[in-house]
Amino acid sequence: MSLDVLIVDDSAAIRKILQRVLVQADVSLGKVYEANDGREALEKLKGSPVGLILSDINMPNMDGLELLANLRADQAFQQVPIIMVTTEGSQNKVLQALQLGANGYVRKPFTAEQIKEKLAGLV
Amino acid sequence: METLNHEKLLTTIRTATEEVFGMMLAIPATALPHSVEQGATQPFDGVISLIGFAGGWTGAGRISCTATLACRLSGALLASEYASVNEDVLDAMAEITNMIIGNVKSNLEDELGPMGLSIPTVVFGRNYQARSSGVREWVVAPFDCDGEKLEIRVGLMPCGKTDAVKHFAMADVE
Repeated sequence: MSLDVLIVDDSAAIRKILQRVLVQADVSLGKVYEANDGREALEKLKGSPVGLILSDINMPNMDGLELLANLRADQAFQQVPIIMVTTEGSQNKVLQALQLGANGYVRKPFTAEQIKEKLAGLV
Repeated sequence: METLNHEKLLTTIRTATEEVFGMMLAIPATALPHSVEQGATQPFDGVISLIGFAGGWTGAGRISCTATLACRLSGALLASEYASVNEDVLDAMAEITNMIIGNVKSNLEDELGPMGLSIPTVVFGRNYQARSSGVREWVVAPFDCDGEKLEIRVGLMPCGKTDAVKHFAMADVE
């Protein structure tokens, strides 16, 4: 069964890399939606439910933590796996993301294997 | 006030660079002898990517290389081939900068306290100079990437100004 995914990052390069990494991680991709920031992500999710969200933290307009809080406050997205993929490595940010309901946290730079490990058991 | 010596900053830059090159690019980056420089850089041809630090410490990080190396690094990152600098190459160089300087920032925050990063700005051209207002001293860490030179420089100084992001952004567009 294929999985619809939303990738949220203000870098087109990282969105492209993550899409490739998901294929390498043996994820059977369905539709892949892309968003530049949290605000655009919320728009894309209207009427387009997904089975996995990968999101950066530092983005313009709405950052990844605010997006995460918004999604977890919405019953429709409370069970959707969300993994943060970011250069932010401070313990505070990691804790904050996990407390807000992130299912995983991957620090850039990353390997396909690290993404695969985080996906195990989630999708 | 926390202090930051050149050796510590150099080690942090080298570690972050080797990590990004090893994990994301699979291209060797061999560290060359470093230097500490003051003032503006010499006129330059190629790609420069700039990112600003703000917070208790303020400054900038820069990555520069030839167009040829920028195309090669971008190709390695995106699993594509690029013969010339285009939107993809500029975006990839911005992301490489974000990852390297972002890791430098994260590794220094334990000692220097929280800092913020601006979004990267990438410039491609010929015979131009780049200047980051307020940065008086740079730790310059060059690398050899299969015969091409990549240069990473970071300048940081303590700053109590809470609106440092605005100061840096305005200085760069002058």
